[in-house]
Amino acid sequence: MAMEQMMPSGEMQERMQEAAKKLEPMMEQVSEFVVRTRDVHKIYLMGKVEVHALRGVTLDIKRGEYISIMGPSGSGKSTLFNMIGGLDKPTAGSVYINEVDLAQLDAYELAWLRCRTIGYIFQTFNLIPVMTALENVTLPMIFAGVPEDERRDRGMELLRRVGLAERWNHKPFELSGGQQQRVAIARALANDPAIILADEPTGNLDLKTGKEIIELLKELNQEKGVTIISATHDLKMIDVSDRVIWIRDGQIARIEDRSKIRVEAALEVEEALMEGELPDIP
Amino acid sequence: MTRARGSMTAFGLTREEIRRQIQLPWSEAFRISWRYVTIRLGRSLVTASTIFLSVAFLMAVCTMILAAKATGHAEEDPQAFAATLARYKWSVILGFMICSTGIVSALLMSVTERFREIGTMKCLGALDNFIVRMFLIEASLMGLFGSLAGAIVGALIMLVWAGIREGFSLWAKIPWGVKSATGDWGFLGYFIASVLAGVILSIVSAIIPANRAAKLQAADALRTEI
Repeated sequence: MAMEQMMPSGEMQERMQEAAKKLEPMMEQVSEFVVRTRDVHKIYLMGKVEVHALRGVTLDIKRGEYISIMGPSGSGKSTLFNMIGGLDKPTAGSVYINEVDLAQLDAYELAWLRCRTIGYIFQTFNLIPVMTALENVTLPMIFAGVPEDERRDRGMELLRRVGLAERWNHKPFELSGGQQQRVAIARALANDPAIILADEPTGNLDLKTGKEIIELLKELNQEKGVTIISATHDLKMIDVSDRVIWIRDGQIARIEDRSKIRVEAALEVEEALMEGELPDIP
Repeated sequence: MTRARGSMTAFGLTREEIRRQIQLPWSEAFRISWRYVTIRLGRSLVTASTIFLSVAFLMAVCTMILAAKATGHAEEDPQAFAATLARYKWSVILGFMICSTGIVSALLMSVTERFREIGTMKCLGALDNFIVRMFLIEASLMGLFGSLAGAIVGALIMLVWAGIREGFSLWAKIPWGVKSATGDWGFLGYFIASVLAGVILSIVSAIIPANRAAKLQAADALRTEI
């Protein structure tokens, strides 16, 4: 019947096994850099107009770093973010996660990578509305094939960590924005990823809640050693970042280290104000 | 997080776990689909109602055939009976075609509605197959319940109507089993065939929407926030 035809489960199993076999040892080599991009270009076609979203981005991100990618909207930071997350392919150049070139991976291997190596956090939280907090947290574990009782235990552990254990049975619409984002953070950590990619994680939150989310991310960064890469234009992020990467017109304008950050952040605000662009100042 | 394990790989996953992930969870896909069907009950009922109507009509025609044979009308004028049957056959086919476009459009709508959810699931590591599976299960669930209800209602209406016209003693003459004594189709046979036809039709109609959903690029799906 139709179903059998569409799901050659034997073949699929083989492909998944291959993916695991190929990626697992590669991911085991622990290199200093968890993400490397080399001269990444991206050209979108919008109607008949070519939009050059990225114009050669070369970037090295160390294991355990807390990185903020900052830039005005339309600067290409979301595009870069999608490239690092394996959600989009570069037009030219390469992206390496744990020294694996994403361009070499097929759909199965990319799914494997997204499931285990990368945790995603979105501006709009993107919890699955028909599922409870616990079910949302355990969903990536389902895709990873974790058995049910282990899923439950680990899910509750993660919810406890983000301070929402007692709300495990609530649906997303019964939670506040900040709580939803906490659930999303717990979900991102479900399979113990090496990287957490956060796309404007505080964009839809008020000042105080945004601060709490940033603090939580920083704590997790220190506790678990997970690399956090966050696209943002929230200046509160600067305080906790090890490095800030400023993107402008699809290129890296400047990379700042932690030691210089405070001074330069203040200057940046000033500069932006003088240019007439209002950054969102807390 | 404390997790006791044996040989750990770079991601804290044992080889055992990697092996286990290969068995893609049908039961989980079923659970999630069931959730979608029941939570959006109104929408599901509308979709299921097109299947309901088509199968009700099909089953009514089948019951009519049985009743006509039981009363002996079929033998009285075989030519007229054959002509009536041919007419109904086309109506049934037409009904099923309309029904399938209904299912396709309802499910396509549901794909568009769930753009972001599908994108999110793909970010979390769902394979295209899991998405296809979810939509097919959803369609077959709606198909099953719509067809069951349709077959019951269609048969009942026709049985009562024939009973009123020809007397309820007619019911005793209807072959209720899968096959009749003469080897023709019986009531249960028609019933099972009608329900199956409804389920298969909904699964086939869901293939296009399910593939559309699975082919979504995760990045594109997430970008539809405007």
